[in-house]
Amino acid sequence: MNDINKRLFLTFIKIGGFTIGGGMAMVPIMESEIVTKNKWLTKEEFLDILAVSQATPGIFAVDMASHIGYKVSGLKGAIISALGNILPSFVIILLIAFFFSAFKDNVWVEAIFKGIRPAVVALIAMPVFSMAKSAKLKMSNLWIPVVSTILIWALGLSPVWIIFGAGFGGYVYGKYLQKTREK
Amino acid sequence: MSILLKLFLVFSHIGLFNFGGGYAMLSFIQAEVVADRQWMTETEFTDIVAISQMTPGPIGINCATYVGYTAVMNDAEMQVLLADSPHLLQLMGILGSALATFGVLWLPFMVMILVSKLILKYKNSIVQKCIFATLRPAIIGLLASAVLSLMTTANFGDYSQSTLQFVISVIIALVVFVGSKKYHWNPIYSIIGCGVVGLVLYGFIGI
Repeated sequence: MNDINKRLFLTFIKIGGFTIGGGMAMVPIMESEIVTKNKWLTKEEFLDILAVSQATPGIFAVDMASHIGYKVSGLKGAIISALGNILPSFVIILLIAFFFSAFKDNVWVEAIFKGIRPAVVALIAMPVFSMAKSAKLKMSNLWIPVVSTILIWALGLSPVWIIFGAGFGGYVYGKYLQKTREK
Repeated sequence: MSILLKLFLVFSHIGLFNFGGGYAMLSFIQAEVVADRQWMTETEFTDIVAISQMTPGPIGINCATYVGYTAVMNDAEMQVLLADSPHLLQLMGILGSALATFGVLWLPFMVMILVSKLILKYKNSIVQKCIFATLRPAIIGLLASAVLSLMTTANFGDYSQSTLQFVISVIIALVVFVGSKKYHWNPIYSIIGCGVVGLVLYGFIGI
C-alpha cells in the first residue's frame, strides 16, 4: 500500500470508530479529517459529495467514503476507504455478539452514552453553520434550505426527494443558461 | 439454499434499494429479515437495533453485521449440521456477518464509482455547476432537519421526568457547539470528553 492509501485507510478507520449515532454523525468528523486536516477536498466538493451520497443507494457514510477515496486515489482508494470505514463496526459488533450480550443493559455503557448523545447533536449542528458559506447562501437562495428543512423535518418527506428536486431544478436552470449563452 | 447464500442475496437487495441512510435501512431489514423470513424474533431484532445505535460506525453496517451473525446462529440447518462443533458454528456466524455486510455494500459501491466518474468527467460543464449550486443550499437544509429531528428525549433526557439530565445535556450540547465553532475543537476529542463526563456524572456520582 502506498502512502496516500495507507493514510486514507487509517483516516477512515478513525472516522468509523468515532462515529456514534448514524451517518449524519459522521459528517462533522469527516469534515474535520478530510477538509480541514488533510485538505483532500474543498468545502464545496465536500458538500457536493454529501448531496450525491444522499441521492445514491446504499449506506450514506460508506458512499461518502468510497467517493472521497476515489477522488483522492482512484478505484483502489475507493475500496480502501470503504473498507476502513466499516472495519471498526464489523470488529466491535462481532466482539459484542461473542462476549457481551449484556452490553446494552450495562449501566456504565449507558452512562457514557448519556454524555455523548447531546454532544453528537451539537456536532451535527456545526456543519449547518460552517458549510453555509461554502453553499454561497445569500438572500436570493436562502429559501432553499428553509423550505427543505420544513419539508423534511415538519412534513416527513424523505431527503432523497429533496436532493432529486434540487438537482432537477439546477439541471433545468443550467440547460437554460447553456441555451442563452449559445445564442 | 444455505442461509449464507440467502443472507448475501437479501442484503444485496436491501443495499441496492435503500435510499436515505441508516434509519430507513433498519425498517427495510426488519421487513425482510424478521417479518418475511423469521430469521430472528422481534425482541432479538430490537436488541440489535439498540446496540447498532450505541456502537461506533454507520447504523446500517452495524445492523447488517449483527443480523448476519444472529441469522446463522439461529438457522436450524446450520445447528444440526454443526451440532458437535460450536466453534465452527461461530465461524459460520462470522462468515454470515461478512456476507451480509458485503452484500449491503457492493452494488451501491459500483453505482457510486460510476457516479464519481461522471462527476469528474463533466466537472466544467455549466449544467453540472448549476445542479450543485442548487444542491448545496438544499444539503444545508437537510443537515438542519437532521439536527432538529435529533433533539429528542432519547438524546437529551425528559425535561419533566429527569430534569437534571436534561439540563446537563443542554449544557453539554452548548459547550460542544461553542467549543467546536469558536475554538475548533476536534470532534473526536469532544466525543471522548463527553463520554468521560457521562461516565463520571451518571456512572460514578450517580445522578
